Amino acid sequence: MMAKEYTLSVFTEDQIGLLNRVSIIFTRRHINIESITASESEVKGVHRYTIVVNESEDLVIKVVAQLDKQVAIVKAFYHETSEIVYQEIALFKVATSILAAGGVAEKIVRKHHARVLSFETDYTIIEKTGHKEETQELFDELEPYGILEFVRSGRVAITKPMKEFKDYLAEIELASTH
Amino acid sequence: MGGSTHRITGKEAVVKSLIAEGVDLMFGYPGGAIMPVYDALYDYQDQIKHILTRHEQGATHAAQGYARVSGKVGVCLATSGPGATNLITGIADAQIDSTPMVCITGQVASHLLGTDAFQETDVVGISMPVTKWNVQVTKAEDIPAAIAKAFYIAKSGRPGPVLVDITKDAQFGEVDFHYEKCTNVRSYVPQPQINPEAIQAAAALINAAKKPYLLFGHGVLLGDAQEEFQAFIEKTGIPAAWTIMGLSALPTDHYLNVGMLGMHGNYGPNLLTNQCDVLIAVGMRFDDRVTGDVSRYATQAKVIHLELDPAEIDKIIKADVPVIGNCKTALQLLSDAVNENTHKEWLQEFRACDALENEKVIQEELHPSAGKMMTMGEVIHLVSEASDGKATLVTDVGQHQMVAQRYYNYKRWRSNVTSGGLGTMGFALPAAIGAKFAQEEHQVIAVIGDGGFQMTIQELGTIFQTKIDIKILILNNEFLGMVRQWQDLFFDKRYSSTEMVNPNFQIIAKGYGIESNKVTERENLAAAVKEFVNHKGAYLLEVLVGKENNVFPMIPTGASVSEIRLT
Repeated sequence: MMAKEYTLSVFTEDQIGLLNRVSIIFTRRHINIESITASESEVKGVHRYTIVVNESEDLVIKVVAQLDKQVAIVKAFYHETSEIVYQEIALFKVATSILAAGGVAEKIVRKHHARVLSFETDYTIIEKTGHKEETQELFDELEPYGILEFVRSGRVAITKPMKEFKDYLAEIELASTH
Repeated sequence: MGGSTHRITGKEAVVKSLIAEGVDLMFGYPGGAIMPVYDALYDYQDQIKHILTRHEQGATHAAQGYARVSGKVGVCLATSGPGATNLITGIADAQIDSTPMVCITGQVASHLLGTDAFQETDVVGISMPVTKWNVQVTKAEDIPAAIAKAFYIAKSGRPGPVLVDITKDAQFGEVDFHYEKCTNVRSYVPQPQINPEAIQAAAALINAAKKPYLLFGHGVLLGDAQEEFQAFIEKTGIPAAWTIMGLSALPTDHYLNVGMLGMHGNYGPNLLTNQCDVLIAVGMRFDDRVTGDVSRYATQAKVIHLELDPAEIDKIIKADVPVIGNCKTALQLLSDAVNENTHKEWLQEFRACDALENEKVIQEELHPSAGKMMTMGEVIHLVSEASDGKATLVTDVGQHQMVAQRYYNYKRWRSNVTSGGLGTMGFALPAAIGAKFAQEEHQVIAVIGDGGFQMTIQELGTIFQTKIDIKILILNNEFLGMVRQWQDLFFDKRYSSTEMVNPNFQIIAKGYGIESNKVTERENLAAAVKEFVNHKGAYLLEVLVGKENNVFPMIPTGASVSEIRLT
């Protein structure tokens, strides 16, 4: 089966060590995690992991089932890229001199709708939010002028389907008492 | 329990929590970080019996043996560091064989966590891949709730091992003790509701089937579905075959029990998997030792999968009709929805295969030609007769395991204890100890090879100290027999590191005060087996069997079930 990009949303209780339990399920199947982010969700005390992998759907289904069966995981979902709205954020540190002269670098920053977060004598921090291709494009264009430091976040994603997580939570909570 | 609250130490809270969970027996080994709990146990010896094994691995297998025959949670106790790491093999075994177990480990004091303190190891991290759930407790006040949750998770749903790691300062700390049993965890659904449509769809397939075939696994035993299972197959007349974890869920000689699945299973059950039209899997997970090549496994059949754990559905074999839920309920619902039937002609096909297997394999295995070395099969056959199929048979891993399960005539529910999924050599001796403590009224026979016996041989000390009545059968071929068989068949007889030069097991047994006998000639075997089975107290019987005997039938790795070899 063809490998494709899938985004997993994993809702968990807020417990020490859960990240390890989540990652074990990927490592034991030799699956590379392309990106992972974790934060509290809209439900207090429930954390949400957004995990991106390139695998076949068949395998992703099995991984989601094995995530789901973990005691402290409330629910795991997987989505094709078309089913989500997602973002990543990249920060660039460049020498202020390459921007100061009103030269090409400044034009590049404008063209990409990047934001300047901090402007110092020696360096400038630029922020670009977008999909990986977009932050990468900016990276590629700035690179010839010298990038002093670069960091890109993992993906955060919101799903398009309308059922709310708290409805799933209510269903599972009820089922847990059977 | 319940009601009032009073202030006690964490160590005492551990013991009182265990008592509240109904624990009256546990297995373990003391050490620095768990000493406070052992100290507290000293005051409760009349309520909890602690069995001191000779190694922490032995404690885990004993707890497993206890759990497997009793259906209760096995409990073990160990210290931090090496004590905790020694538990891992047993925990992994319990995880893959769905055995309810709670392991409590001591941990260094919380202010020392992460500092490489003496006997510190990250046992929560190490055990995470092989536990159903685990937790570290650093405060006395958290102990009762952690233990309550541990027991609930270990036993509910698909059972498994749970580890609770308790720092030494938490054991010494104080807690307002009030015990409340855990009855649910909001993120965890142990008993999924059965979908009635799935039952109807399954019943329709079964009613229309000409050649329905049922495979049963550990789930039937774990689900306590003895009556429901038997009623279902008897109503429908469906031939039923077992995985080694499902063995003893149905008497071996039941007219619909067609035998053993898998690599060294019976001929018919494997061959006819690829001829049935509806395959009904009950509480089994299509292990690779059962399926052989999955791309050529039952591709002609519609598959109905009764399974409690949704992650097992479609994991290996696609289910046309998944029935998620407890098989006890599912089988009852299904029994109500299916028509009465007999499948005499279809059953006859199994019998025809049996006749062929009998002629090519079984006859010679159970009644070898004179002049040939003794076979494992003839020993098991005699043990089966002498014990009337009523013993709990605890088997280790290897050739003897396959032979024991093939030829012992199991008559009693839950009377087979073995290491199935993990294949842990050294399992049988300590597991037999646990099984015997769980059911002292039943005879427990440990069947072990000369290799596996020496992996946990120190547990003879536990038998010696507790004076427990375990029968130990050593089938000695002076080889790591199963590995040697593979070397014979697939590695040009290059016997790399499989020959064993063994000690005198009788002298070792004598050192532990265990009576013994060794049989090297067939003429002495029958009398020796009788004495072995009838002896009062622990007894070791060693039988020298053919060095290079192979177990057949066999499905070579990568072959299809229909390519099962009789020779």
